[in-house]
Amino acid sequence: MTAAARPIATTRSSAGLATGKLAVWWVVGSEIVIFGGLLASYIMYRLAHDEFAQQAAHTNVWIGTFNTLVLLSSSLSAVLAHQAAEHGDGKKAARLLWVTIGGAATFIIVKTFEWTMEITHGFTITSSTFWSFYYTAAGLHALHVIAGGVIMAIVAAAAARNQELHRVELIGIYWHFVDVVWIFLFPLLYIAK
Amino acid sequence: MADHAHAADAHAHPNYVKIWGILVALLCVSVAGPFLGHPIVTLITAFGIAVVKAYLVAKHFMHITIEKRFIPYIILTMLVFMLLFFAGTSPDVMKKDGTGWEKPSWKTPAAHAPAAHEGAHH
Repeated sequence: MTAAARPIATTRSSAGLATGKLAVWWVVGSEIVIFGGLLASYIMYRLAHDEFAQQAAHTNVWIGTFNTLVLLSSSLSAVLAHQAAEHGDGKKAARLLWVTIGGAATFIIVKTFEWTMEITHGFTITSSTFWSFYYTAAGLHALHVIAGGVIMAIVAAAAARNQELHRVELIGIYWHFVDVVWIFLFPLLYIAK
Repeated sequence: MADHAHAADAHAHPNYVKIWGILVALLCVSVAGPFLGHPIVTLITAFGIAVVKAYLVAKHFMHITIEKRFIPYIILTMLVFMLLFFAGTSPDVMKKDGTGWEKPSWKTPAAHAPAAHEGAHH
């Protein structure tokens, strides 16, 4: 592919940073406000309502721990994919991205079982304010995991052909942010009881 | 051109597996903390460690410290917005009543919350 035929985000630099990378950081900044607002609201209610602790006692800490381990491990494979891409090894980067996608799939499958269990025990989104926050925050995060997995599959397909390797780092930045969000959701929803 | 730019962006990589090991060890501590049964310990092991883990991921996996200087500033600005939101709304949100207003539902226990009989779900 000639430089002229490349997507503009890879060839144009804005403020000394490739436009694509700048865009990803702006996405991360915007997401901080979205998740930050949600988590700040949760914390306000949590501090004002002791009932939140009683309801949080019903979340399964071991499932939450397992999913945290899965996301931390998927972040490792994502950053190793970035390292491989920097060395120009597109095939290895693609393989590692698929490992990361496997982590995303595992996370969603475990979450599905967890939610099924909780809903069958009577804890639905309308049960109480705690459960409204729980399903909204974890659900919004799960949507980000699914979106990340889909985008990563597209990036991996190109990387396997040694194309657009810079995108491996970009999807990695997004993925690590998804991991960071979970790092804060985990203690809020599972540990602080 | 992009490949050249990409090569220029290349940097020394730390031992990522070691950082992952530290993150997993911190996860174990944050899970173990509440078993000590002390609220302050739980607070530190749960949220203090979450901040440390987030910093490690941002620094070593997202490489935020070697990005252009304005990138961490953008991220910090967003975090400040979040704190402003909290500081601006929490005085009202967290109060049960004020001058000429009250939240009746906050003064009585929620009738629709699931009872503790589902406690088998752990």
